[in-house]
Amino acid sequence: MANKRLIARLDIKGENLIKGIHLEGLRIIGSPNEFAKRYYMQGADELIYMDCVASLYGRNNLSDILKNATRDIFIPMTVGGGIRSIEDAAHLLRSGADKVAVNTAAIANPSLISEISRRFGSQCMVLSIEAKHHGNDHWEAYTDNGRESTGLDVVEWVKRGVELGAGEILLTSIDKEGTRKGFDVALIKAVTEAITVPVIASGGMGKPEDIIEVVQKSGADAVAMADILHYNRGTICDVRSIAFDSGIELRDYDCG
Amino acid sequence: MTVDEVVVVDYGMGNLLSVQRGLEHCGASVTVSADHKVILEASKVVLPGVGAFIDGMNELNRQGLTETLKEVANKGVPLLGICLGMQMLLEESEEFGNSKGLGLISGNVIAIPMTTISGEPQKIPHIGWNALVIPEEKNSWIGTLLKDIEPGEAGYFVHSYMASPSNLEHHIANCIYGGRTIPAVIGNKNVFGCQFHPEKSGEVGLKILRNFLAL
Repeated sequence: MANKRLIARLDIKGENLIKGIHLEGLRIIGSPNEFAKRYYMQGADELIYMDCVASLYGRNNLSDILKNATRDIFIPMTVGGGIRSIEDAAHLLRSGADKVAVNTAAIANPSLISEISRRFGSQCMVLSIEAKHHGNDHWEAYTDNGRESTGLDVVEWVKRGVELGAGEILLTSIDKEGTRKGFDVALIKAVTEAITVPVIASGGMGKPEDIIEVVQKSGADAVAMADILHYNRGTICDVRSIAFDSGIELRDYDCG
Repeated sequence: MTVDEVVVVDYGMGNLLSVQRGLEHCGASVTVSADHKVILEASKVVLPGVGAFIDGMNELNRQGLTETLKEVANKGVPLLGICLGMQMLLEESEEFGNSKGLGLISGNVIAIPMTTISGEPQKIPHIGWNALVIPEEKNSWIGTLLKDIEPGEAGYFVHSYMASPSNLEHHIANCIYGGRTIPAVIGNKNVFGCQFHPEKSGEVGLKILRNFLAL
């Protein structure tokens, strides 16, 4: 069993770290790399940088932020938002990213998943999914930061994405995102049971203890945290120590 | 203190920026280059790389860098291969049929088995943080690239193939995946290899880079 990973998620608009509720109503939190550096020092296993308005404007603006991050942050970084082509992916990977997360463009053009996976390896190709509950254990995939419905069933789409070469799934619950009410365990469980690639659970972490249920009941391989960290309701050290005490296997990191 | 002139070999494969920044963070002056003359004048050489073995070797051969790197090693200049760069230090790889490596460390590169030691299917590639352990035949990391690192501290791995140096003396650190031992750091005199990414392994990785720069 691989170690569970604790991931800090940074949603970015322009030059600012922001946070919303249900992926909307965005509030400015501060400078992305100041927060990123803090999370690195707390022992984050990875970082996710998500350009929240990129799909809307048709481009990802994170390359300068990433290049700056590589000066003093030395953990894997995933970048997402507005990635439409191999060239977009290559540009972000050259800027210091290790993986790219694709949602909107993958739904519009699923072969992009195969192209990125073939060119850079499946470990590089993260399929990002924004899921909204549509009743009776059914979730629908959304694009453009939870604004556009696609009609795609999340579990079916995830299976197809993995067949096409996605090496990892970033699964965000729009219903739970920013609510601090805990993860959508049923959603995450439905996805982890359908595929074998790692799943990052995102959306709803309100307190450090929330990690226990999502890992133990849904089989998530990694947990993405935003709000809880940005508003300092818990540090990555707190989460690591609570998870460790519950018998969850994690990287041995000395929080000092 | 003199500043190390480190050359990161740019043969078109790998996250060069992160490697460069990691070394700079540790105090090195870094040049990213594929120029033979620049590489041969370096006080330290780093060979990064992500991708398939045969593609990497084809690129090194095409750019005439194979002989340059052998010359670097023979001159006694410290050389560090990272991930694919480590695997290419060996004699040959079975990835996509047998292909020849640089042969600076004896042994070959083999696929990580698809099943664990107890026969369960396991995820390939091996991705993520994994603990570094001291090989059975060694008793400490004193005087090695892992000086000041505690056994159990972790590095960040992403790979489907593993190096298998034939001389146990060349195994410096291992990790355990699916119950099997995978070489994580190897070394033969001035030639070293690191299977995980020190530039992505937090303070543990930076310690390794600093130890390399201090050689």
